[in-house]
Amino acid sequence: MKSIVEVRGLTKVFNKYKKAVDGISFDMYEGEILGLIGPNGAGKTTTLQMLLGLTTPTGGEIKIFGLDINKDREEILRQVNFSSSYISLPYSLTVEENLTVFSRLYGVKNYKDRITELLRTFEIEDIRRLPTRRLSSGQITRVCLCKALLNSPRVLFLDEPTASLDPDIADKTRHLLKKIRGEQGLAILYTSHNMKEMEEMCDRVIFMDKGRIIAMGDPDSIMREWKGRNLEEVFLKIARPGER
Amino acid sequence: MSFQRILAYTVRHLYLYKRSMPRLMEVFYWPVLDLLVWGFVTLYLSRQSGAVPQFVTFFLGALILWDILFRSQQGISVSFLEDIWSRNLLNIFVSPMSAVEYVLSLLFLSIIKLLLTSTVMVTLAWFLYHFNIFTIGFALVPLILNLVVMGWAVGIVTTALILRFGQEAEVLAWGVALLFQPVSAVFYPVAVLPWFLRAVANYVPAAHVFEGMRMVIEGQAFPARELAWATGLNVFYIIFSVLFFYWNFKVVKRKGLLAKVGE
Repeated sequence: MKSIVEVRGLTKVFNKYKKAVDGISFDMYEGEILGLIGPNGAGKTTTLQMLLGLTTPTGGEIKIFGLDINKDREEILRQVNFSSSYISLPYSLTVEENLTVFSRLYGVKNYKDRITELLRTFEIEDIRRLPTRRLSSGQITRVCLCKALLNSPRVLFLDEPTASLDPDIADKTRHLLKKIRGEQGLAILYTSHNMKEMEEMCDRVIFMDKGRIIAMGDPDSIMREWKGRNLEEVFLKIARPGER
Repeated sequence: MSFQRILAYTVRHLYLYKRSMPRLMEVFYWPVLDLLVWGFVTLYLSRQSGAVPQFVTFFLGALILWDILFRSQQGISVSFLEDIWSRNLLNIFVSPMSAVEYVLSLLFLSIIKLLLTSTVMVTLAWFLYHFNIFTIGFALVPLILNLVVMGWAVGIVTTALILRFGQEAEVLAWGVALLFQPVSAVFYPVAVLPWFLRAVANYVPAAHVFEGMRMVIEGQAFPARELAWATGLNVFYIIFSVLFFYWNFKVVKRKGLLAKVGE
């Protein structure tokens, strides 16, 4: 598999002494779903922000499609997208207006067809003309996922994408993401505190703690290595080192 | 630089004004209210004995021109706040839109909002008080341009501060322009100010603009000196504001604050 995201020695130090990310290195491959797991304050969000160019690294290197995020930001971001359950879309605009704005920001051709296709895929065609403020949080999450797929990205960063969805919609969303990954060869970096979801979704996971990578590999081999029956047990062993 | 992205972001706000009554009110409601209240006060005072000649023209002209400055500043800072309020800022900054394109689209937006507000105010002033701002003549163009540019400079600095200090600093979006009002000599000549404020006013482009406006209304020559001062100061301030925004943007990215502002 071809590596499309290369991270080498990535470091972020805040206020001269607080090391949020401590020299991590990893690759992300085409068509792979890579999970980023760790307790609060492990450095996941900071890593994600650096990958998206929102935070400047203190040291190390990030290459996406062989390009430097700090030098070739526009070229990279045209082929990348992001969705998080912590962000939203302008409330007064309708779903269609919001998606139209982002289609134009990403330079999507035939965007009307693309919007229809995505709304249909996520089964929310009926809310197309509704203002975003009238949607449930689950519907907003799905509209945000539509936004994240508008430009047919090669790399998708998803920060707890199913956090506000009910089990039925969350399950459908996971299946959809896997299907889209299979069809488009899309690489997904996935963060979630739902360990069962990570086991189901991810080809490989990275466990982070105190800014460092503690374990990396496919979920089965990590469970074997850490002697856990599931990722949740592994998570607890990492988060509670005194009880190991 | 992509004009399509600048236009896309502008369209995002135009959709908002199409759908949101409170936002539409922000463009029309306060300026119209200002004009009604202060317009009638002016009319009343002008009819008293001993009133300053051309009092109505001075006052209403100043009111409309001040609103141009205020709205051009708000066109930038409030539009930026819209993205914070709707938790949309991160969506923008992870898109291919650059910080320069973002600022340019805010400037573009501010012009649109300004045109809407000014058209309503000018029409209403003519209708209610028979005041025609265009009697100021050709000088009106450079006067307005200078106020718009000063409003932009203040708006960009305000936006940079909100970016840096988060929503706690959002009060600046409404307050910073007003901070310049006393030293801008909007409704009175600079000569009225005490010496230390006169010294400050020398470095405020709006003070030169309003002095220029009064000169034109009094029938004096084209206020070339005042306009040259205002233009020179504005060139300096707009360059400073863009550099300040750029520097703050870098600091915010270094400190990892961009995501916090946007969430």
